[in-house]
Formats: sequence, structure tokens, C-alpha cells
Amino acid sequence: MNVGIINYGIGNVSAFKYAFKKLNCETHIVDKPEQISNSTHLILPGVGSFDYAMELINQSGLMNSISENVLLKKKPILGVCVGMQIIFEISEEGKKEGLGWIKGEVKQFQLSNTKKINIPHMGWNTIKNIESENKLCKNLDGHEFYFLHSYYCVPENNDLIISTTEYGSEICAVVQKNNISGCQFHPEKSHDSGLKVLSNFLEIQ
Amino acid sequence: MLRSRLSPCLLINDGALVKSINFSNYKYVGDPLNAVRIFNELYVDEIIILDISASKNNRKPDFDLISNISSQCRMPLCYGGGINDLDTIKKLISLGVEKVSIGKSSFDNPELIKKASKLVGSQSIVCCLDIARSRFSRKLSCRFLNGKKDSRKHPLLVAEELINLGAGEILFQSIDNDGKKCGYDQKLIRSLTENTNYPVTVLGGASSYENIKEISDNFGPIGISAGSIFVFQGIHSAVLINYPDAFEKKRLTTVKI
Repeated sequence: MNVGIINYGIGNVSAFKYAFKKLNCETHIVDKPEQISNSTHLILPGVGSFDYAMELINQSGLMNSISENVLLKKKPILGVCVGMQIIFEISEEGKKEGLGWIKGEVKQFQLSNTKKINIPHMGWNTIKNIESENKLCKNLDGHEFYFLHSYYCVPENNDLIISTTEYGSEICAVVQKNNISGCQFHPEKSHDSGLKVLSNFLEIQ
Repeated sequence: MLRSRLSPCLLINDGALVKSINFSNYKYVGDPLNAVRIFNELYVDEIIILDISASKNNRKPDFDLISNISSQCRMPLCYGGGINDLDTIKKLISLGVEKVSIGKSSFDNPELIKKASKLVGSQSIVCCLDIARSRFSRKLSCRFLNGKKDSRKHPLLVAEELINLGAGEILFQSIDNDGKKCGYDQKLIRSLTENTNYPVTVLGGASSYENIKEISDNFGPIGISAGSIFVFQGIHSAVLINYPDAFEKKRLTTVKI
């Protein structure tokens, strides 16, 4: 097991390092193509805006290696927050093209007059409607996770939604397509439930 | 459903953990790292750490200490104190801080808020507004530099300006109620949150867990922060770090729709 935390210049890579350390799992912060090839599992972190994340990842010199390892070698990868959003094709937040690994778009929360919701969605929220066979979110129905985002993912294929959360309406919290997973919340900052997601992720081969 | 966030706020003064009353009368509470370790085990929602000696002494944040703290935190960490340029913000985020809290620069360099939110995203930029009522007119205004300087601006106006510049959250702190355990200033909170649609955290005056529930019931979901009640206990205010357990926290912070 060798977890590579992709460091493309954005995102809180050290938080993942500490979280995996709690799980007694060796991690490497990777910023060179060959390190990505040496990893068995990949974490794609991300904070900030969609376009800025895309710009940085495109400039990182890592894209060929990431694509090869994710799309051809089918290594498990977990995108977190904006790292999840850039897995999709397009976002209302920006003009840049996403990675497009999962068909669908990223939409902005709308302020509504009937329900008082603040933007960003910030705080601890429960996840629900977990797809029963799913490994990543096993036994986590009703658990709380830390969310911090203004945009949410809408996959074209509803079957890829592994679990949802309620904020204004029901939105996608976790998405999965084969070896590619994404979670909108921050597992690295969600106490024991977050660690459970990360350890479940390591069980995906 | 989203519930209110309940976050202890810890003050650091020259490396030691302290608690103030009305932004003065600092009492030594202990070692910051140790406190964070305990709060971690108590599963706090978020932790806010403000270094009140940084800007005052014109010094940068204590990066070593923050790095040690962030490595302990398995919950979001918000840090404030001595943040006055982009490099500092970048460095803090890379050390594992989720949110940076900006006080003084919100007043003397609002451009920084704009640039910082572009760089690391609005969600990581918190502006901390310390509020006091003037002694005679009872007018509200924002203060900075530990309450010493009066901006003569109304907190709601300042908050809107900062949100428009890119801030993702406003931390409203009542100087008048700080450390007094007299209850949150609900009139103030109402006036600051009634017509807003950005995340807000309120701080200053918490008197009990039930007082927290009141704020969550009346204004939630909202960020609720407190210092004294999480570090002191009993009539003699002995230092004893405490925080509601999972069940109690749910009761205090669940928002009825």
C-alpha cells in the first residue's frame, strides 16, 4: 500500500498526511510523474476555485501520469471537495474544461426565498441514502461530515451517486465510477467518520 | 440537515493560552498544544485559535506552533493573528489551516481579502470583527488591534463590504460580553444576521450550554463559538477543558425547521 497525495499546488495536502498517519498508513506527497506511478492509491485534494485548480493541475506536468494511472491502470483515486468537482466535465464556477472522468456538471447553490440557506454550505452535515453495496461509505449512513463548498456535483448518470446530503435540496455527497471516487465533504477533517472513509478507500483494489 | 457549528475559541498570548475579560485581564489557562489535543479527543466541530500578541507586536504567526497544532487537528482549524500578506496566508493553508481569520487587515488593507479569496478561495477567508458599543451613544462600531482602535464603522456595513470583496465567513465578536459569561448579546446577533446570507460565527458572552442552545434555536444554523465556558468550570472558574458529548451536542445544535 502506497498512498500518493497529489500535490499540484493547491489543497491541504498535510491534513491528508496526518489523517493517514492516524490509520498507520504510509503516504507520500507526490509532485513528480514517477511518484504517481509508484502509488497504489491516489488522493486528489483541492480548495479554491474550479478554474484555478484546473489551471494548476494542467501546469503541474503531472496530467499525463495521472491519466495513465487512473484511466489505463485503473488505480483507485479519491477526489476531495474541489478535487471531486474537477473530475466532472464543466462547472458553473468557471470557464475551463474539467477532467471529464465522470460525465456531468458542477452547479452553484441557489439562494432560495423559502428556505434560509447560507452560501457557502459550511459545517457538519449528515450523509444518507447510501448505496447498500458500496464499500467507500459502508456503515456510514447518518454520520456527520464537514462540508465547505459553494458548488455541488450533478452527475449525468444518477446511479453513480453513492450518497447524498441535504442542503436546500438533496445533493450528491459521494460519487463513484469504477476506480474513480469523489467526496464533497472533507474526510481528512471529519473526525472518526472521515477516517473510516479513508480506510474504506484503502480497501478498494 | 446542517446543524449549528460549536467551536471553542482559544487565545494565545506570547505562546501561552489565555482567556480575557472585555479584551483585557488575561488569565493564564495552559499550554495551547495540550488544549488542542484534549479538544480533539472531545470531537469538537471546529477550533478557532487567535494569537492576540502577533499584530500588536508586529510579528508574523508562530508557524512552528501552528504546524504542531494543525497536525493534531482532525477537525477544521481556523487561525487568526498577524496575518497581513498573501504569503502568510499561503503558508498557513499549506500548514493545514482550513481558514484564516483576518482582523486588522480587514480595515487597513481590504485589498488583501480580495486577493486572498482569489488565491485560496472564499471558503478559507474569515474576517474577524470585534464589536463594541460606545460608552455614551451606545452606537455599535468595529474595533481592531485587540479592541484598542475604533474604526467608527458599523459592523454590518463592514461585513457586507468584506463579503463583497470575497470573504467567506464573518466572525462577530462582542467585546462588551467577552469573558463575562452573561449570555450572548442576542439583540446584537439579531441585527447582524437578520438579512444576511453568508456564514456567520458569533462569539462573546456564552453563559452555559443552554445559552448555546438558545442561540442555535433562534438563529441557527449558525456558527457558535465560546471561550470561557469551554475552559473554565465551577464558581471559582477552575481551568477544566470541557465540551458537550455527541448526544448533548446534537441536542444543543440541531436546528428545527
